[in-house]
Amino acid sequence: MTPLAGCLLVSSMLFAIGLAGALTRRNTILVLVGIELMLNAANLNFVAFWRFGPHSGPSTGIIFGLFSIGVAAAEAAVGLALILAVYRHTKTTDLSQLNGRGQ
Amino acid sequence: MSALFLILAAVALAGACAAMMLRGLVHCALALAVAFAGIGALYLNLGAQFLGLAQLLVYVGAIAVLIVFVILLTRGADSAPLSPAARPITGIVVATAVFGVLAWAVVHSGAIRSPEQPAPPVTVRQLGVDLMGGYVFPLEVMGLMLTVALIGAVIVAMKEKQGTQ
Repeated sequence: MTPLAGCLLVSSMLFAIGLAGALTRRNTILVLVGIELMLNAANLNFVAFWRFGPHSGPSTGIIFGLFSIGVAAAEAAVGLALILAVYRHTKTTDLSQLNGRGQ
Repeated sequence: MSALFLILAAVALAGACAAMMLRGLVHCALALAVAFAGIGALYLNLGAQFLGLAQLLVYVGAIAVLIVFVILLTRGADSAPLSPAARPITGIVVATAVFGVLAWAVVHSGAIRSPEQPAPPVTVRQLGVDLMGGYVFPLEVMGLMLTVALIGAVIVAMKEKQGTQ
């Protein structure tokens, strides 16, 4: 197995773990954690293709990964703020109790 | 594929599994920090030093701590037992199917049979020149987006005053 295939397999495993968590857990914070893991798996793919694949410039993959980390940080900040705001209104972070509220 | 890569990948995957399966929320956040650190070490192993350290700073230093903060701020929700997952089997089956398709595509792809090559030489100086040169517009957009996200997060999470909507 080539190193690139190893990296891609690890990152798809990370993606599957994050997806399983986001689909099965009933806590909004843990769903956000699963989404963060999926974003990290995509980021690992950027680095793997930068390292082992053909690229147009020596630093393109790194810069794409940096921007991806920045977007993920903004997403986490807004998501956690939303969880806090919802918790203030409903006093719960349980998704199945939140489901159907708010009409 | 070196033994070091396998060890780091095992650490990252074990941390991710623990973050998704543990019962206590704080334990989940700490396992998540381990997973992020493992992924950062994988970046270092792949030769992306700057990105690995940025991953450590941003994820382990900021996002994991932010998640711990939110867990502690929503502490009152822990008193009520969480309702059991409605369809855990469905989620696991879907995730396994997604992994199966991805792994099949990776193994059967001809494009990934590239020969081993040295890591592209990237210094921090080169990265800085690129960010301030060809990528300066995306950098500015990123700065604007982070500012907007910060202000938006503060406004969303701010306590509403009585009588104002």
